Amino acid sequence: MANNEQTVTESAADLANKLKELSDDVASLAVEAGESMTDSVAHGEPFLITGLTVFVLACFVGYHVVWRVTPALHSPLMGITNAISSVIIVGALLAVAPTNGEFSLLAFLAIILASVNIFGGFIITRRMLHMFKKKG
Amino acid sequence: MGPLAAIAYLFASVLFILALRGLSHPESARQGLQFGMMGIALAIVTTLLSPAVTHYFIILIGIAIGGGIGTTIANKIEMTALPQLMAAFHSLVGLAAVFVAAAAFGNPEAFGIGTKADIHFASLIEMSLGAAIGAITFTGSLVAWGKLQGKISGKPVTFMGQHKLNAILGAALFFLILFLCATESAFFFWMIVLLALTLGVLMIIPIGGADMPVIVSMLNSYSGWAAAALGFTLHNNLLIIIGALVGASGAILSYIMCKGMNRSFISVILGGFGGEQATSTDDEHGDRNAKIGAAEDAAYIMKNASKVIIIPGYGMAVAQAQHALKEMADILKREGVEVTYAIHPVAGRMPGHMNVLLAEANVPYDEVFEMEDINRDFAQADVAYVIGANDITNPAAKNDSTSPIYGMPILDVEKAKTVLFVKRSLGSGYAGIDNPLFFEDQTMMLLGDAKKMTEDIIKALE
Repeated sequence: MANNEQTVTESAADLANKLKELSDDVASLAVEAGESMTDSVAHGEPFLITGLTVFVLACFVGYHVVWRVTPALHSPLMGITNAISSVIIVGALLAVAPTNGEFSLLAFLAIILASVNIFGGFIITRRMLHMFKKKG
Repeated sequence: MGPLAAIAYLFASVLFILALRGLSHPESARQGLQFGMMGIALAIVTTLLSPAVTHYFIILIGIAIGGGIGTTIANKIEMTALPQLMAAFHSLVGLAAVFVAAAAFGNPEAFGIGTKADIHFASLIEMSLGAAIGAITFTGSLVAWGKLQGKISGKPVTFMGQHKLNAILGAALFFLILFLCATESAFFFWMIVLLALTLGVLMIIPIGGADMPVIVSMLNSYSGWAAAALGFTLHNNLLIIIGALVGASGAILSYIMCKGMNRSFISVILGGFGGEQATSTDDEHGDRNAKIGAAEDAAYIMKNASKVIIIPGYGMAVAQAQHALKEMADILKREGVEVTYAIHPVAGRMPGHMNVLLAEANVPYDEVFEMEDINRDFAQADVAYVIGANDITNPAAKNDSTSPIYGMPILDVEKAKTVLFVKRSLGSGYAGIDNPLFFEDQTMMLLGDAKKMTEDIIKALE
């Protein structure tokens, strides 16, 4: 059982290395897809399609990048992902307007909540990472 | 959104990818963190510069309030409370996602997704998904926080027809989204939110405390998917990319945690594991005797060893024994003993929990090894010092096919010449399973609080 799993993890690590190049390619693809977005909207293509393109490519990038994260840093990984997922603050920023009534209040609350996360997430991650030291 | 803003968002996305990449090694991780902070700053500043944003004053107040709260909490929190802090943070992302979805629903013009009562069909689906996932993340994380903080019982809460009820609520959610698309009525929007809030509680409540590493990772993943759904709603590639990165990250962590327990994701989600058999086996070790030792015996054995492996578990975190542990290791090292640490993937209550606690106590990260890297070393070890761990060392996982944890990868501590077990009592672990290792000849039980016992050993060593 243990041996089996070992070979599985080893081959997974192998695969991850080989796919690193691929993921770099995918990253540049995602870049291209992002750039083409402005064009396609101008041409009237529905956003859903470009959005899906970006989404699927980003999932692949995420998959390959996260497998390379060392297990020792899985807690900081959570801290960072938590902080950056608060980028939904961008949506709240656009929605704050007095003509917006009670929905403006919701957006304001969303800004507060997301800010707690951004600051809290990055600071706790920084605290964690500063503790990881080498021998001697 | 102008092309300049789109390019800036793209740049921010690349920075986030670099941030995650940095975490492949502790040395590059700090730089990665800086990339992440630059990315979020770039994203916010770009948005603030867009002509659609006009009310800077109120926005800055919001950021100041939130930033102040976040900074204070993150600076004050004890590292042992990290899992519950993460759960609490996830809940905030979930709630923020609900609010943003609601704001988009109430004011679609601001996001260019149609006009009030005439929102694009796709946007309606996307925003209801964003709101539903956000709401599930919110209440689910609150329950997880409560369990981790000890506010509500860590035992799985199960009742008759639980899974059926969840399935019905899930189906109802699906139909409500259809109704919303058909009518665009605010009533259905809030019904979706309400139902999802309930579903979040019901999904997490049956899950036991020791399955929390999976749950915390899963909720991490959900917060990402909620962000991605909002990205689709708001036609914002940055949100989609980040949502996908975070979602993938949480999903991979959940997978790694499940594998560390040899359990399928489905069986964790269905919950109810642990707790129920807890009392059934208590009388059975009457005829077998565990050897119980004192701190002085342990100190003597370790002082005369040449290689000691320390296996920390959740009990070490609860007792806050990591600093005492490091002190003990330092004394042993001065005596010429080789000391290393072995970390099981699911030790603790969140992924990487033990690594952070050891790092907090200034244990160098190159003395800390993952299971695959250290398991073969146990055969050469003189002492395995198990502190606050139990199930992850249980040989029944390897040789007793009737055991509930059969097949779970474990640390091979039984191969060490002597096993020292620091534990509060001879009771079983979270899964309610006897550990036969307690009754082996090579094992010595050190009964007591992890921190107190380690300090007593330090005294005996000096």
